[in-house]
Amino acid sequence: MAGGPARQYNNRLIRWVEYRLPIFSAVEATIGRDMPTPKNLNYWWSLGSVLFLALVIQIATGIFLAMHYIPSGALAFDSVEQIMRNVNGGWLLRYIHSNGASLFFAAVYLHIFRGMYYGSYKAPRELLWLIGMTIFVLMTATAFMGYVLPWGQMSFWAATVITNLFSAIPLIGDSLTTWLWGGFAVDSPTLQRFYSLHYLLPFVIFGVSLMHVWALHVHGPSNPVGISARSKKDTIPYHPYYTSKYMSVVGISFIILAFLVFYEPNFLAHPDQFKPADPLQTPANIVPEWYFLPFYAILRSVPDKLGGVILFGGSIAILFLVPWLDTSRVRSARFRPTYRYFFWIFVLNSILLGWVGSQPAEGAALLIGRLATVYYFAHFLIVLPFVGWFERPRPLPESISKPVLKSGMPAAEAAE
Amino acid sequence: MATTAPETGDGETRRDFIFVAAISATAVGAGLAVWPFVNSMNPSRDVLAESTTEVDLSPIEEGQRITVLWRKKPVFVDHRAPEKIAEATGAALSDLKDPQTDADRVLRPEWLVLIGICTHLGCIPQGQRVGERLGDFGGWFCPCHGSHYDTSGRIRKGPAPKNLEVPPYSFIDDTTIQLG
Repeated sequence: MAGGPARQYNNRLIRWVEYRLPIFSAVEATIGRDMPTPKNLNYWWSLGSVLFLALVIQIATGIFLAMHYIPSGALAFDSVEQIMRNVNGGWLLRYIHSNGASLFFAAVYLHIFRGMYYGSYKAPRELLWLIGMTIFVLMTATAFMGYVLPWGQMSFWAATVITNLFSAIPLIGDSLTTWLWGGFAVDSPTLQRFYSLHYLLPFVIFGVSLMHVWALHVHGPSNPVGISARSKKDTIPYHPYYTSKYMSVVGISFIILAFLVFYEPNFLAHPDQFKPADPLQTPANIVPEWYFLPFYAILRSVPDKLGGVILFGGSIAILFLVPWLDTSRVRSARFRPTYRYFFWIFVLNSILLGWVGSQPAEGAALLIGRLATVYYFAHFLIVLPFVGWFERPRPLPESISKPVLKSGMPAAEAAE
Repeated sequence: MATTAPETGDGETRRDFIFVAAISATAVGAGLAVWPFVNSMNPSRDVLAESTTEVDLSPIEEGQRITVLWRKKPVFVDHRAPEKIAEATGAALSDLKDPQTDADRVLRPEWLVLIGICTHLGCIPQGQRVGERLGDFGGWFCPCHGSHYDTSGRIRKGPAPKNLEVPPYSFIDDTTIQLG
């Protein structure tokens, strides 16, 4: 989106449009020939493109599902069965939509971990990180409300548990939940407003994603070495080099999606979701979708309602502060011998929290969950600042185009 | 009418004042305009108009618990046996997270009426059906996050902050209560 040198087009129609709305050159300057991109981006940098495509797939399938779905407490469950059994290809659209949501989250978590490993959030890309985290929060809200729409048992009780989080807020909690529900319990009015918002939010995400891309292209993407491109030698045009590289990852993503949709469409689903919502019977063990399990484990680790809700919110809010909690001036963990171990411990700890979230909240799982919750916050509040202060980074290479030097210049000079 | 604004002492003009006043009025107006939208999400008239519910107690045996629906919420009616009442009245207030005597929670000791929604995150506690877990205190047990309630529906263990709520009700006669 940054203005580059004006490109001359041969096609007269393109020239005519370009003169009035320079949209072709804007695309060229964003994902085309006029976007100089660091030459050393690895496959982890392809996830942004995968995510954008995932959003498009979710919106496309969602629009067609919405033509058959009925947002009403009395009819929602049956209308989903109608989609699965009678609507032509309805099962395909729905399975793409539900499994697509899972892969969307898988990709976004890898994308976030990529940013944490390579320090992509460091100056001047703090705002880029904040916009990305905003998208993540919007995604969680959208996915949660989408999960409620089939109006199965897990839909109903997920909606009940999550909306009840707001009742922990002192003084206004009860009126707030009544307002959220549009009644005295989760019921048809709740479902209908969730449907409205579930349709709206993906378009908000789309808009915020464009801001994310805009902010990305001001300073260009970071890269595995973590030093900025200094000369033309360090960069290659985005197209065709990265378009082709990223399309190969898009192809792999499609294969994974197709495998889930056609062979294991309910691998990630929960049996209770096949029962219609019953306000009088709570399932024995309520579990959210896999992508919320770590946060759910944090919520349940606190034996106090308000405390649990604060930690739950804090576990997401703290991600917004990462650019300021990490005190190291070296971006990439490749040159941070101590941080890279802590990074992998953090990844394992997150997976452990996910496992705890899937277990009943008692006994050993509860204890492990508490320890893992403490470590989750310790990573941000203790590891990030202190490792940055005490760590001796390895020497950074002179430039992206030079291979990593054995006897490079001192890190402090190379890091800007 | 003055066409040029005279300067006041600290350099502010009448135009500045009009500017601030106009923006403030617009902000207040926008705030007021938001209210109908927000209010439309509050419970509608038909939801608010949910009538009271009468419950016939005569078929409930001693020791039996039934669940009825009131305002789309489950209400637990427990015909308590004397030993359960003794357990409830015997608990020391200092042991309770949300201290309340059993007498404050019932109109007649043998009938315990509760809203059957866990005060933690809104699950339905177990203990209404035969064979379900009653928890460590013989009342109800919430399977979602492990809250234990005693025979008076008071929170004794687990993350729930409050006792199970007692709905407004009254005895119409000896065997009928009216909820609401």
